[in-house]
Amino acid sequence: MTRVDMTTRLAGVAFPNPVFTASGCAAAGQELHAFFDVASIGGVVTKSIMLAPRSGRATPRMAETPSGMINSIGLQGPGIDAFLERDLAWLEAQGARAVVSIAGGSLEEYALLAQKLRGRAGIAMVEVNISCPNVEDRGQVFACDPTASSNVVDAVRRNTSSGVPVFAKLSPDVTDITTIARACVAAGADGLSVINTLLGMVIDTTTMRPVLGGVTGGLSGPAIRPVAVRCVWQVHAALPDVPILGMGGIRTGLDALEFLLAGASAVSVGTTVFGDPSAPVRVLRELEQALADRGIDRLSDVVGLAHRPPAARVPEDADPLGDELVPAAAAQEAAP
Amino acid sequence: MPVQVTGEVVSAKRIGAYTAMTVTAPGVPELARPGHFLAVQVGGPASSMLLRRAFALYDMSPRGVYGGTVQFVFAVSGRGTAWLAERRSGDRLDVVGPLGRPFRLPAHPVSATLVGGGYGSAPLLPLARVLRERGCRVSFVLGAGSVDRLFGHLDAKRMADTLAVTTDDGSAGERGRVSDVLPAVLERTDSDVVYACGPMAMLRAVSDIAAERGLPSQVAVEESMACGIGVCMTCVLPVVGDDGQTRMVRSCVEGPVFRGDRVRWDAVGTVPPDAVGAITAPGAHR
Ligand SMILES: Cc1cc2nc3c(=O)[nH]c(=O)nc-3n(C[C@H](O)[C@H](O)[C@H](O)COP(=O)(O)O)c2cc1C
Ligand code: FES
Repeated sequence: MTRVDMTTRLAGVAFPNPVFTASGCAAAGQELHAFFDVASIGGVVTKSIMLAPRSGRATPRMAETPSGMINSIGLQGPGIDAFLERDLAWLEAQGARAVVSIAGGSLEEYALLAQKLRGRAGIAMVEVNISCPNVEDRGQVFACDPTASSNVVDAVRRNTSSGVPVFAKLSPDVTDITTIARACVAAGADGLSVINTLLGMVIDTTTMRPVLGGVTGGLSGPAIRPVAVRCVWQVHAALPDVPILGMGGIRTGLDALEFLLAGASAVSVGTTVFGDPSAPVRVLRELEQALADRGIDRLSDVVGLAHRPPAARVPEDADPLGDELVPAAAAQEAAP
Repeated sequence: MPVQVTGEVVSAKRIGAYTAMTVTAPGVPELARPGHFLAVQVGGPASSMLLRRAFALYDMSPRGVYGGTVQFVFAVSGRGTAWLAERRSGDRLDVVGPLGRPFRLPAHPVSATLVGGGYGSAPLLPLARVLRERGCRVSFVLGAGSVDRLFGHLDAKRMADTLAVTTDDGSAGERGRVSDVLPAVLERTDSDVVYACGPMAMLRAVSDIAAERGLPSQVAVEESMACGIGVCMTCVLPVVGDDGQTRMVRSCVEGPVFRGDRVRWDAVGTVPPDAVGAITAPGAHR
């Protein structure tokens, strides 16, 4: 295989490759280190951490759904102090690039979290989980309101070291994702993580009650991938210069490529890790092969490539299986 | 440390309502101890079922005709286990294991009672073997709804010093629950320790009976798990730590075996308000 330059940049920070874990799907990397070297992937995005220790929601917290799952964990975690002492220190010792995800219930909590991270070594980026209920506003989710979103981003950006990019993680459960994206960038977000889970629900037809202890939960996995690709596409079209960390149902290297083509500069592999703990390194390998197969020698060349005008040349069909549903003759006719 | 390997099905045997499946899994049996479990991918690599199914180890053989093999027992309870039940020898299976914390073993040759409900007896059989090797006296109490849902009673009969069987419908052994006969068995065998695996309600009853008599108990729980390796936080239950504080702990990495007296059985399925980090303020973080 010819070597492809897999390096990528997110808001000025260089990463050796574009495959990251997803927040809440990798804890803080230690358990996955049994399956692959956490320093070998682009970065480890840690479970969203809050100021205080937190027990999360009642069980059951999970249900499998077609090509996906729904979860209501409720941000269980040890709190920022234990996280810094134990988890971040461990990631740093491994030489991993840590993307620290933070979550709060108020502007003050987000600001305090950012202050705690300030000046700490071993943090490549901060990801702000804004899909949290605002306790000061009747539990309204920050990510669903442009003003609330921008207030959070502003609070975090102002309290974060200047060399550390702040990414805001967007929720797809909004009328127009670009409105929220613009608000976050205007408030100082250096990049955007797209997307968080979709709000969903499952009812047990035997007990005739909701399955999840938390009643509703977040839908993730390949079932949401087309929604996620659409969101990345729209955000990149609206804000072409803003780096995107794309995620939502990535299972293979070709899935990752789809996100890059839509405009992401890097991707997170989330739910897939539960069924395949070594998935991030596999996706990375498959992505590199897919780029090589297409004669592309620099990953950065494909970022946003799907946005080019239709008349532009496309490479020879390198993925005939992808056209399985197109009759062979028609596929040939459609070729440029 | 667990490993992820692609194994091959060696055999799939029907035993009553269950299937006992033997799979080659190089590297797994060497590390496996009674109480450890496996997480098995179902539906093939492009399956719409993303999550692994978790099974307690019934047998681990580091050396055999097929190299290292592991065996586990399951009942068909959904699409994933239905797919698994259709696997035939030679089919490939992606396996992660061994996972979790195994049963703790006594330092001295004591008298041990092993209580199993349904296929929950599967991990107790390798445990009995290890206990026997250590000179322990082993008594079994096995129960199920009906005789076809009883598992391991033939093995147990061969291996144990005593065996008591209960079924809800009386189709085998005494009619009733394992908890009905357990106190008398503990008395008669002068048991020093109790091990159990089975449904939550049974584990709770067994833990209580052991605690009333001042006996230590080790119970293997079955919580629903999305990852089995400790990264998702779906499999938690309230457990009291050495410091007396209740925490929501992951049954896949801190369990599945717990001290019966440390599990807050009355609060399973909830986050008790006195748990570390219990949510007191409103707001429903996903
Ligand atoms: C069990 C679980 C827990 C999650 N926890 C978090 C979290 O703490 N913070 C966050 O920003 N996103 C969280 N997510 C969302 C993921 O990071 C990701 O955005 C989403 O699942 C879509 O990607 P995927 O389909 O690859 O999983 C969680 C997802 C799952 C499945
Ligand atoms: S099953 Fe994922 S943490 Fe236990």
